[in-house]
Amino acid sequence: MSVASLLGFGRFALRRLVEMVFTLLVASFAVFGAMYLAPGSPASFLLSGRSASPQALAAINARYHLDDPFALRYVRWLGDVVQGDFGRSLTYRTDVSRLLADRLPTTLMLVGMALVVVVVVGLLLGRVAAVRGGAVDSAVLVATTLAIGTPSFVAAVLLQGLFAVQLGWFPSSGAGDGFWDMVFHLTLPAVALALYLIGLLARVTRTAMLEALDSEHVTVARSRGVPERLVIRRHVLRNSLGTLLTTGGLIVSTLLVCTVLVETAFSIGGIGQLLELSTSTKDFPTVQAVSLLIVGIFMAVNLLVDLVLPLVDPRITLGTRSAAA
Amino acid sequence: MTAATLTRRPGLAKLRAASGRSPLHLACLVVVGLVVLAALVGPWITPHDPNSAELGSALAGPSGEHLLGADVAGRDTLSRLIAGARTSLLGPLGVVVFSTVAGIAVGMVAAWRGGWVDSLLSRSTELVFAFPGVLLAILVIAMYGEGLIAPVAALGVAYVPYVSRLTRSLVLAERARPYVSAYQVQGHSALQICLRHILPNIAPVVLAQSAVNFGYALMDLAGLSFLGLGVPPLTPDWGRMVFDGQTAVQYGYPLSAILPCVLVVLTVVAFNVVGERWADRVARRDK
Repeated sequence: MSVASLLGFGRFALRRLVEMVFTLLVASFAVFGAMYLAPGSPASFLLSGRSASPQALAAINARYHLDDPFALRYVRWLGDVVQGDFGRSLTYRTDVSRLLADRLPTTLMLVGMALVVVVVVGLLLGRVAAVRGGAVDSAVLVATTLAIGTPSFVAAVLLQGLFAVQLGWFPSSGAGDGFWDMVFHLTLPAVALALYLIGLLARVTRTAMLEALDSEHVTVARSRGVPERLVIRRHVLRNSLGTLLTTGGLIVSTLLVCTVLVETAFSIGGIGQLLELSTSTKDFPTVQAVSLLIVGIFMAVNLLVDLVLPLVDPRITLGTRSAAA
Repeated sequence: MTAATLTRRPGLAKLRAASGRSPLHLACLVVVGLVVLAALVGPWITPHDPNSAELGSALAGPSGEHLLGADVAGRDTLSRLIAGARTSLLGPLGVVVFSTVAGIAVGMVAAWRGGWVDSLLSRSTELVFAFPGVLLAILVIAMYGEGLIAPVAALGVAYVPYVSRLTRSLVLAERARPYVSAYQVQGHSALQICLRHILPNIAPVVLAQSAVNFGYALMDLAGLSFLGLGVPPLTPDWGRMVFDGQTAVQYGYPLSAILPCVLVVLTVVAFNVVGERWADRVARRDK
């Protein structure tokens, strides 16, 4: 890479970073402001319908600085958030950041396992469908049509009913302790989480590979007698890498959102279940924190994809993405 | 241009081409028809009252009395499935109608006015993209409490960008065509040209996108009901039925939870296949 292009890349990365920080700011404002759009005063909202003595009300007003102007409260809250302080949970009576720290590893493990399943199975299916064609292709298409129509909670309930309750091969709930026990406990949830995205990724892979298979350099490589395996690996897969990477952001955000459903179905104590519990108990600081976390991770992954893309595929000029499927 | 901007799942085209007047598509049309019929006349054709609980027949298997068995509270599963079609389809319909109308409005204004209006609107829709639909719905539910209206409104907003981006690129393409300048020269107002002449031209492609969105919206709303955050407790709704039947699954009586699961998958797949086929046909005609 020349110095000029390195500089250009640096400037591009900086611009994207600034854009992301701005988007995060707006998102945080929306998440914070939402609380004040809710019907009723913030104090009664924090009490979630319980009646309180005037003293308790005054204490709450003082604790959450509810007598200050909105802008001041937002800035103060944002300052705390930047330092990792999301306030206190209303139902758990502990710091929200503690709750997050306790539960995040479980969710990351679950999402990580699901991601591995999605990438391995999705790529494999798409590749087989594109390369083999014919009956294999049709079978993969039918399977992926079904997978794409199956919401993760449906997959969770069906897998749980069959493999955990009827057959007893896997535990039906909980996250387990220790690494291998966790893997064992999280296998069914990870598969449930992965199913929809396997269908999606297989489709994208198939289309991208078919496009690459059709191009002239592949014909040239074949006519030169390059072995088919090498043609696929070097000239087809590598060419479709850019398209596959652009689905990365979508895949990660879908995984994070669907953990809410899957963790609830399998009673796994991760941040997804935390979001469900805190929403039904109106524990707003916790809802705010988890939502911001999910949006933040999603944006970070998108930024990463944007930055890696020009490195993987030199044909892509900075800042222009090939259309995501 | 128009065909390429349609956001759609890749790969279904081959399945269709391979089978001509495909039996799959026909089957999907039948499923869509049946489900819509159930949504329309459901309450009058249920064999039992979907909400009458007979504890005596709780978790009963299929029998002459209860063709598909009964759930934990002894409510007839078949009746709840039929009656549930209405709630389960009405929600996504609301999402799709709102996102289509709002998306067309936003996309049209952005494309027609251009300049700072365009960048402002496009930037805001990018922002909405940062919030996954379900997450936005959960935020709104946390504020306003459980119910059907709040999540439908939230999902409606979350789906606007899909429609508005498509509309914007379609209108940009239409603007360049001679008939638009012809109307402008004749002194027709911008509003008139947009609504009378451009809208009918872009409508099929946009509607096809909305049909595809319907399946997604159904999945999202069923998921929220499954969390117990969607429809109110007693409403017959497929997602809610899975939620209610989950404990029964743990005790080895999976029927009352599995049947609504199957219906959700069937309906989503049917709407997807029909929508995709429509999108394909419209896009091809447009070329």
